[in-house]
Amino acid sequence: MSLLQVQGLSKYFGAVAAVDDLSFTVAEGEILAMIGPNGAGKSTCFNLLGGQLAADHGSVRLANHELLGLPAYRIWRLGVGRTFQITASFGSMSVLENIQLALLSHHRRLWQPWRRATGYYRPVASALLEQVGMAAQAERSCGILAYGDLKRVELAVALAHQPRLLLMDEPTAGMAPAERAELMRLVVKIAREHTIAVLFTEHDMDVVFRHADRLIVLDHGQMIAAGTPASVRADPLVQTRYLGHS
Amino acid sequence: MSIILLQSLTGLASAASLFLVAVGLSIIFGVTRVVNFAHGSFYMLGAYLAWWLHQWLAAGALGFWVSVVVAAVTVGLVGVLVEYLILRRIYKAPELFQLLATFGVVLVIQDAVLWVWGPEDRLGPQVPGLDGAVLIAGHYLPSYDLFLIAITPLLLLALWWLFQRTRWGILVRAATQDREMVAALGVNQTRLFTAVFFLGSLLAGLGGALQLPKGGADTLLDINIIATAFVIVVIGGLGSILGAFLAAVLVGQLNAFGILVFPTLTLALMFLVMASVLILRPQGLLGKPESAAPPTGPPAPRLRLPSRLSLMLWLPLLTGLVALPWFTQGYVLVLMVDIFIAALFAASLHFLLGPGGMISFGHAAYFGLGAYGAALLVKYLSLPMLPALLLAPWIAGLGALLFGWFCVRLRGVYLAMLTLAFAQIIWSVAMQWYPVTGGDDGILGLWPAPWAADRISYYYLSLTLCALGIYSLRRMMFAPFGYALRGSRDSARRAEAIGIAVRHHQWAAFTIAGVCAGLAGSLYVYSKGSVFPDVMAIPNSVDALIMVLLGGVQTVSGPLLGAAVFTWLHDELSRLDYWRFLLGLSLIGLVVLFPHGLGGIAEQWRSRRISS
Repeated sequence: MSLLQVQGLSKYFGAVAAVDDLSFTVAEGEILAMIGPNGAGKSTCFNLLGGQLAADHGSVRLANHELLGLPAYRIWRLGVGRTFQITASFGSMSVLENIQLALLSHHRRLWQPWRRATGYYRPVASALLEQVGMAAQAERSCGILAYGDLKRVELAVALAHQPRLLLMDEPTAGMAPAERAELMRLVVKIAREHTIAVLFTEHDMDVVFRHADRLIVLDHGQMIAAGTPASVRADPLVQTRYLGHS
Repeated sequence: MSIILLQSLTGLASAASLFLVAVGLSIIFGVTRVVNFAHGSFYMLGAYLAWWLHQWLAAGALGFWVSVVVAAVTVGLVGVLVEYLILRRIYKAPELFQLLATFGVVLVIQDAVLWVWGPEDRLGPQVPGLDGAVLIAGHYLPSYDLFLIAITPLLLLALWWLFQRTRWGILVRAATQDREMVAALGVNQTRLFTAVFFLGSLLAGLGGALQLPKGGADTLLDINIIATAFVIVVIGGLGSILGAFLAAVLVGQLNAFGILVFPTLTLALMFLVMASVLILRPQGLLGKPESAAPPTGPPAPRLRLPSRLSLMLWLPLLTGLVALPWFTQGYVLVLMVDIFIAALFAASLHFLLGPGGMISFGHAAYFGLGAYGAALLVKYLSLPMLPALLLAPWIAGLGALLFGWFCVRLRGVYLAMLTLAFAQIIWSVAMQWYPVTGGDDGILGLWPAPWAADRISYYYLSLTLCALGIYSLRRMMFAPFGYALRGSRDSARRAEAIGIAVRHHQWAAFTIAGVCAGLAGSLYVYSKGSVFPDVMAIPNSVDALIMVLLGGVQTVSGPLLGAAVFTWLHDELSRLDYWRFLLGLSLIGLVVLFPHGLGGIAEQWRSRRISS
């Protein structure tokens, strides 16, 4: 039984099909990479799954819950965490407060109007920051963090509600090669420990082939290949359209 | 049947100057992204200048037309001056600050007009050759109306030609779409902006001058026309010329027929149409939707918990306020009550603007709903003071609940305009629903209960209620609810992606701000003994904005400081003859010199100290 089932997912921008009749599944705890050239529809696909965009057709089921049509905040409540291609964090708050807010949301305390928020879930938040190696910067403003650190904060935020599925749109974009490898190692380690399924996009093929259990390849919104890293690498269509071998 | 034809022709005639004003506002916004509040003042200036020149020049057809042209060009030059001296310095400032600076220009021009031409209404001249009337379907229509109907499409055509067929017009359109790109192509942006401002202001002046024979010139023209111009621009779509034309015709018809169908709702009607357009098609009839790119401005500064030091300052201040009646029982206490009410009003607006990140240009609506709520509860249900005082804020809250549902769907300038529209609707209902609200005459004789009637008791009552209100708002800011609100402001995308229902929180914040403004309003009624529609007019909304701006939008205690300084200054200055002139100048100076407000200076100083 797979965790996520995507069936016939489509999204049009005018006459252009950004995502065209896409179907795939993600198994419990599976690490699945989505690769493809720029403009293949990867980010659109992520935004459809996360509820940031409304799909035109298809169905997305998370353990028998239909996700399409739900607002992003409801999708999160069902156990889907996500990070963005262009990082999104609460710039006026400290790193710790960012995590605390995610935890407050998880424990449904967002409407609490009186008690000070600073005291809530500090140990848990600190532990999450420890996990992603950001404990030392807990008190800094998110608005002034280095890009790579921001990516780590996003990861910690996404882990706050113990998700079943993580959607990571280019988790390592804009990072130095060494940092990239390290962050992906961290993601994979956490995912394996807690049986979290991860769907991610990535342009660094070394990272992809090293960490993904399985790959799907998108081009012009359509899936052109899927399978294990070895089989995808050997696929002639993928080689001409994406990997650049002739 | 013939009356319908006549009304629709009258409506078309009035569309001419509406179109000119609106299209000027629209192209200025399109290129510079500044919503120019002073645009209505340019219109008024055009009317006065044309009238004045016409007095000077010999009568005759030529005299009138020369006055119109000279007036329009002069207003264009005034526009250039305003752009050069003020706006150029704040193109990168937040929208709110730009709106306030241009409102400063409104105040300055208002008093300048008053000083030069006096308070009397000026009757427009008859236009030689067009002073007769034409018999149409059994009714007489002034020939000048026919002339206006004929030139409106010609003006549209001329503008269309300018923007579609000339090199300059193409540059302006390119700049409307992407300023940076046009600058990168080597176009002198500064000159382009100034030129656009000249054209826009000239069109406003022309509109005022052409309207002169129909409506004359008076000192209320500016606010009346700017509200209408906003409506037209929003309905037509910001930056669209044809849209402004269609919307001007629509609003002209609406006004002409509104008088026949809903004589008591004519003002509200226009704003209702605008509100519906904003909700159904936020970009206006012919406008293009704003790109959904995330805002790129610097993040809001951190909101810090009050430090020990500030607690040590608050305690003596509060003690001092409690002890004050022992030292003086004079006018100071009355002034202090005004300050308490202003502080609560400003704090409620700050809650919306700061942590909520929602620009409101019509917060006076909820102040006014609280004020009228209390007054009507007393007048029609004969409620005693305390129940009225405690119930009225919930009436304001209900209003905020209703309007807030629409408002949280919009952002930035559009949100500011929708809040303004709602405030104008409430204002016009209070103004025109004479049997219930007493219209212009207001509601009188609303005095506190005997136990609170003396100065000292009312002082303590308002101190208690205002302090409670402000304290509650502060608690909420630092509670999980406030975190969720600030998070939604910082990044709505991230907030939604961690399970925060952004709109629900913003809607709640809008309502809470409404309740608190309503409490301030109901306290105000009992402190003055009466209420008039002014309490919800645009200037009152702007006053609150000034207080918040003065104190600094992203500081916690700033609005209170701002309210105190503003109320005191207002009290001192309003005894002077031309105090609005001074207020306007200070407003402009404040925005240009301290774009972070007075409280922001302290904040900057603190962050500099921490980082060093």
